[in-house]
Amino acid sequence: MNKHFVSAFVTGLIFGIGLLVSGMANPDKVLSFLDITGNWDPSLMLVMGGAIAVGVVAFTLIKGRTHSLWGEPLRLPTRQDLDSRLIMGSLGFGIGWGLAGFCPGPALVAFGTGAPKAIVFVVAMVAGMAMYELIEKSRNKTIS
Amino acid sequence: MTIDWTSFTPWASLSGGMLIGVAAAMFILLNGRIAGISGILGGLLIPKKGDVGWRALFVAGMVLAPTAWLPTGPLPEMQIDAGYPLLIIAGLIVGISTRYGSGCTSGHGVCGISRLSPRSIVATLAFMFTGFVTVYIMRQVFGL
Repeated sequence: MNKHFVSAFVTGLIFGIGLLVSGMANPDKVLSFLDITGNWDPSLMLVMGGAIAVGVVAFTLIKGRTHSLWGEPLRLPTRQDLDSRLIMGSLGFGIGWGLAGFCPGPALVAFGTGAPKAIVFVVAMVAGMAMYELIEKSRNKTIS
Repeated sequence: MTIDWTSFTPWASLSGGMLIGVAAAMFILLNGRIAGISGILGGLLIPKKGDVGWRALFVAGMVLAPTAWLPTGPLPEMQIDAGYPLLIIAGLIVGISTRYGSGCTSGHGVCGISRLSPRSIVATLAFMFTGFVTVYIMRQVFGL
């Protein structure tokens, strides 16, 4: 089996376990973090802090390289401009995140527990992603 | 604002966050890719040749994280307060808007900030802002 497949699986697994350990996979805790004017649980600041502290090292190491340590081409986003899709999309995402306390990663982990509510959320999320593809497809058709 | 010290889990959140950072680091250093969950999952909907395996395995790793956890003891608490209608609405919004915004908490919040991407910093500020506002409105205005 291709080693990149193994590393993709292991990365997903470590990411998921990190979400479980951190408390991020618990929507109740996420909502307590977002409730800054109420009884605020600051824990998730440390999740981001811990993740970024490690991430910075990795992204500094690869700076200037064109390929990964395994010789894969580095696929880093190159855009620098701020467009309305980025901003409106991100503003919208925060609303969805605040409504239920789920963002995509933790939702997939919760899906893996078989909890019916998590399954319903993930199905709706994938449907939302499919809606995006459909809208983009019809828009491209109108242009061309 | 009051701080909910009884729910505060600094060490678990910091170490879980670092595991998430390790996953993001592995993925860029080995596979040369950004560990952004919404993009990895969304990319499976319109499959491109040679671009399916790693995505599917990454998602499988995340979904299997709770199963991998089980031999070590009971899963951490995962409390989903939202009802089914709210979960469906939130899921649809998260799905469509993370695709328009080109990322979520992982791709923008962890990887993007780690590499100081201006687009990701703006995106993260935007979804944190609406996340806070949404929870404020739900809890403090509507008392949900």
